[in-house]
Amino acid sequence: MSHAEDHEGTRRDFLYFATGSAGVVATGAAVWPLVNQMNPSADVQALSSIRVDVADVAPGTQLTVKWRGKPVFIRRRTDEEIAKANAVELSALPDDNARNTNLPEADGADGADANRTLAPFGEAEDTGEWLVMIGVCTHLGCVPLGEAGDFDGWFCPCHGSHYDTSGRIRKGPAPENLPVPLAEFVDESTIKLG
Amino acid sequence: MSGIPHDHYEPKTGAEKWLHSRLPIVGLLYDTLMIPTPKNLNWMWIWGIVLTFCLALQIVTGIVLAMHYTPHVDLAFASIEHIMRNVNGGHFIRYLHMNGASLFFFAVYLHLFRGLYYGSYKAPREITWIVGMLIYLCMMGTAFMGYVLPWGQMSFWGATVITGLFGAIPFIGESIQTWLLGGPAVDNATLNRFFSLHYLLPFVIAALVAIHIWAFHTTGNNNPTGVDVRKTSKAEAEKDTVPFWPYFVIKDVFALAVILVVFFAIVGFMPNYLGHPDNYIEANALVTPAHIVPEWYFLPFYAILRAFTPDVWVVMLASWITGGIISAKFFGVLAMFGAIAVMALVPWLDTSSVRSGRYRPMFKWWFGLLCIDFIVLMWCGAMPAEEPYSTISLIASAYWFAYFLVILPLLGVFEKPEATPETIEADFNAHYPKAETPAE
Repeated sequence: MSHAEDHEGTRRDFLYFATGSAGVVATGAAVWPLVNQMNPSADVQALSSIRVDVADVAPGTQLTVKWRGKPVFIRRRTDEEIAKANAVELSALPDDNARNTNLPEADGADGADANRTLAPFGEAEDTGEWLVMIGVCTHLGCVPLGEAGDFDGWFCPCHGSHYDTSGRIRKGPAPENLPVPLAEFVDESTIKLG
Repeated sequence: MSGIPHDHYEPKTGAEKWLHSRLPIVGLLYDTLMIPTPKNLNWMWIWGIVLTFCLALQIVTGIVLAMHYTPHVDLAFASIEHIMRNVNGGHFIRYLHMNGASLFFFAVYLHLFRGLYYGSYKAPREITWIVGMLIYLCMMGTAFMGYVLPWGQMSFWGATVITGLFGAIPFIGESIQTWLLGGPAVDNATLNRFFSLHYLLPFVIAALVAIHIWAFHTTGNNNPTGVDVRKTSKAEAEKDTVPFWPYFVIKDVFALAVILVVFFAIVGFMPNYLGHPDNYIEANALVTPAHIVPEWYFLPFYAILRAFTPDVWVVMLASWITGGIISAKFFGVLAMFGAIAVMALVPWLDTSSVRSGRYRPMFKWWFGLLCIDFIVLMWCGAMPAEEPYSTISLIASAYWFAYFLVILPLLGVFEKPEATPETIEADFNAHYPKAETPAE
């Protein structure tokens, strides 16, 4: 460069930087659509809310539905399971967080069983009968098996994580409780997910 | 191009001169093929040709398989069965492609450990080594995405677990995972893009292979003594080397033929031996197979991933220092990628001035242990995540890192290497006293 000695900002320097900057911006603008096309498409996003009929779910059974590509466990728990979940000391929980999307995050709700269950339709009292969770192990995404493991809740066969009857992690490599998705009863027997 | 003095291509006829002055492609091929190669190369130097063959095999069989395969969640599994049952010779081509991946990794591990033993990564071959590691990374990506395409249970759940690794990255992990998958879970968008990239990456590998060869043709091959070819004169260089063609081409092709006998025996008689029966069950997002295992060539790194559970003290320490940002899950991911990163950095971690392990009495033992360690990790990766395998995985993972980060740097200081031969010729003549230099 013949101007290398010239430390004053010259017209040519300005042109170099302006051209370079324009090139960077143009490259970014060209690359972004190529990156963004890999994000979820409109039809995938459109499936973000579904309604599930739970009229036939008897106590002690579980309905597994596919929602946003993932299994959702809808379990109608027995009294025994509810009692077992309530008997757990909070200090025994590796993850002392409700992990419930329905509760405002600012509340910082603890992992008590009552913070994880789904209230029935209308004014009816929440006996803790309904437990709705995303059935994806918080370790590496396998589907845990029901009524299994050391705590009679769920057990992930991939890397040995044990969840209790409230879907809370108790033992194994998984770091968090099974998350409770956005859900509500829209009538006596229909749950809306999302 | 090469630093070793040798005869270059001279166009003789009019037509050759005409072409050479416009496009010196014959000269390029001639110089590549006639490169002076150390004459003492042993049988561990055949893997490069085997690997080149594997790449060609995978590209050729892959292109024809793509003519019959459909990358859609409803049709992928059926199209694989279509290839297996209806397409003429389809089952054989698919078995070649499936087992070709295994041969590819088998060869790359021997090639890699050859380099680690004979110090092929040391100056001036660091770029060759780094490019080799990039090829290895691309191979892993290609193999992983290829395994997803049949859309069996192992395909689906393997993809779920491996993309879940990216979800472990603090703060931005979930967005990255969604972006990679094209949705909240592994689905059609994922299958489509994996097919596209699985088709693309082998050509990236081919380009990297060209750079890999270019790099070591510039420095010259390493050899079992680790002593450089004399470059002061053509006469001296010719005492240390023989041309690649025909000497090593014939030797390598012979080795390849022997290996292919075994390979075709496996393809013909036990084509599913290295696979998993679960992958012949169509993918189901609601049921996880009882035991998810990656393909054998990923097992050592899978074992490292699983070794770091929350009750390991380094994991607890990392979690405490970073205020919980580095969870056990993320730590495992870092360890797995770190295990490959330390291998890539080995040119700068090995402080010994002697290149070949042949003249390093202490190094030999530690290296032998590393080979055993690799096998142990592979075995642990195939076992369920429970005792005693968890503890064994942890010890084996610790040794892997210790070898690269502690033992190699310290060995250069404490080890007293044996005398290396003056020249390749001297070493060659000491081994083959009566043999004469092959005819030029």
